[in-house]
Amino acid sequence: MPKKIRVLIAKPGLDGHDRGAKVVARALRDAGMEVIYTGLRQTPEDIVEAAIQEDVDAIGLSCLSGAHMTLFPEVVKLLKKRKSGDILVAGGGIIPEADIPKLKKAGIKIVFGPGTPLRDIVAFFETAGKGA
Amino acid sequence: MRAEDDRKALEKEVKRWEASTLRNALESLPERRKEFVTTSSRPVRRLYTPLDLDGKADETRVGKPGEFPFTRGIHPTMYRGRLWTMRMFAGYGSAEDTNRRFKYLIAHGETGLSVAFDMPTLYGYDTDQPEAKGEFGTCGVAVSSPEDMRLLFHGIDVGQVSTSMTINSPAAVIWAMYLAAAEERKVPWSKLRGTIQNDILKEYQAQKEWIFPPEPSMRLVVDTFEFGSKQVPQWNTISISGYHIREAGATAGQELAFTLANGMEYVRWGVERGLRVDDFAPRLSFFFNAHNDLFEEIAKYRAARRIWAREMRDTFAAKNPRSWLLRFHAQTAGVSLTAQQPEVNIVRTTVQALAAVLGGTQSLHTNAYDEAYQVPNEAAARIALRTQQILAHESGVANTADPLGGSYFLEALTDELEDEAYQYFDRIQDLGGVIPAIRKGFFQQEIANSAYRYQREIEDKERVIVGVNDFVVDEQPEVEPLRVTEASLKAQVERLRRLRRTRDAKKHEHALDRLRKACEGDENTMPFILDAVRAKATLGEVIDVMREVFGVWEEPLLY
Repeated sequence: MPKKIRVLIAKPGLDGHDRGAKVVARALRDAGMEVIYTGLRQTPEDIVEAAIQEDVDAIGLSCLSGAHMTLFPEVVKLLKKRKSGDILVAGGGIIPEADIPKLKKAGIKIVFGPGTPLRDIVAFFETAGKGA
Repeated sequence: MRAEDDRKALEKEVKRWEASTLRNALESLPERRKEFVTTSSRPVRRLYTPLDLDGKADETRVGKPGEFPFTRGIHPTMYRGRLWTMRMFAGYGSAEDTNRRFKYLIAHGETGLSVAFDMPTLYGYDTDQPEAKGEFGTCGVAVSSPEDMRLLFHGIDVGQVSTSMTINSPAAVIWAMYLAAAEERKVPWSKLRGTIQNDILKEYQAQKEWIFPPEPSMRLVVDTFEFGSKQVPQWNTISISGYHIREAGATAGQELAFTLANGMEYVRWGVERGLRVDDFAPRLSFFFNAHNDLFEEIAKYRAARRIWAREMRDTFAAKNPRSWLLRFHAQTAGVSLTAQQPEVNIVRTTVQALAAVLGGTQSLHTNAYDEAYQVPNEAAARIALRTQQILAHESGVANTADPLGGSYFLEALTDELEDEAYQYFDRIQDLGGVIPAIRKGFFQQEIANSAYRYQREIEDKERVIVGVNDFVVDEQPEVEPLRVTEASLKAQVERLRRLRRTRDAKKHEHALDRLRKACEGDENTMPFILDAVRAKATLGEVIDVMREVFGVWEEPLLY
């Protein structure tokens, strides 16, 4: 049996909107992945630490407060610093179109905006297992 | 006997219709779906008749506007006397940025203010604390000090306009800053009108902007009830909010049930403090969501008024009719806004706002069409305000009280929602009450389950969302961006540092010491918070003291 894909769903910063993160966590679990949900108010350091401890293949970051430009790239930077740059990082939330190219340049593999079908999100995380 | 005969005659008549007219119609054109449901997955029947009310919709349940049980509205004349308050939720960047937006909205006809605070403020952090990094002004205005509060209302007559503030864990502190600012401007507190949201229970359940554990948080809430009833008599010291419960995924029935259960919990805490229910209950206010399903939403507001009136009169023995009134603010459903074809959101918001007005709201915020991307830009906010003005002045719906009252469908839905609420009240009681149920994650799990089911229905196209899973176009939406500037951040941080440098350090330290002692004891904290604010303590400094005394909440993790 192939190893189950492990995903960390994380809420960086102070944002309390957790509806999307929880729905995604459940969809990934229903798709057969191991999902670890961090809960709210995680610093980039907390998230990277949890990702390494839990030996995940990918991280899904959710932010609806507008702090994504500060917090998302910080996670990627810290992962690299901890020699864990192979962990895929995806982002989602209320993110203006103009920010998406900048986030991708900073190492966020993909950004899921409002209205993204869950199957697209599941499909992305399934690719995370292939590299492992 | 007469009623029984009438009912039998009607049953016969409906059966005849089903066997003839309906059957023929279904044979030539079957219905579009097997089952029709509301936005909250509540089944809807083909036709409603007096049989669906079955004696329930009598005068004691529906009544007249302005009379118990207030199903048809809290005022006898409703909007013929006074329109609802057009209160646009606004805030971004610094106090100066938001003050400009307030003045813009007032100039375009809004009739009440509503402050959106940024995340650090909601969690009791100053802009320059490390926890606030990246969050300054992004989804609300930063208010870290009494100085920011002063600038926020510069040039606005706080003795005239009513101000609502969406602030919860730090509500007492932010309110104290508002009171101190009024004091400085020589506006007596007796003239101040407004609302602090101050609803901590729904924070644990849904909005998640909590700081302290439930018990000390509830103490702070009751402190504001007690202080307000004596010192700021026109102020609503709480806005018991279903809005965020709904946004987090709840159904209309859950929103109704959880909000009213929370409301009753606040009343219990007030009474346990030794307050007389009629001294504080008239200042309790509510806040509901206005979602897509027109009739279900209207029924929800009507059921809410009826339940609250009955519980306050019969369970809590309130004698003052003002204690029985459920007065509410409504906001259209942010969660329903789509990033795809965003201009279509204007239409969604119109339908939702119509529900709030037909449901008898006292105050309304309409969302702007660009909010699936950002805090609204000026032009989008103006269209949202104009939507309310069209409902008020062009649509004719404000001409009569409860225009849909007596509709078989609406009355049946109102009854159903009421029944659902009472079923939830029983379940919550079985769990030991609201706070034990929060600790067990009951509300959180119910809400998460509903959110997931709703999303699955969209995925499976059981539910059509225009522009998202049907009627899709391939185009890049154009939304004029609204950005918080670095200059605003720099000015804000500089202002905070100057305040800390120039204030009377001794007076400041003394005030915080006294506040700490009050928190450790059981005195009302409000006078001490006010003194700290007068001594120019910042929000972060006051909350730090409280956090040390009260500790912090850790939520049960679930999804």
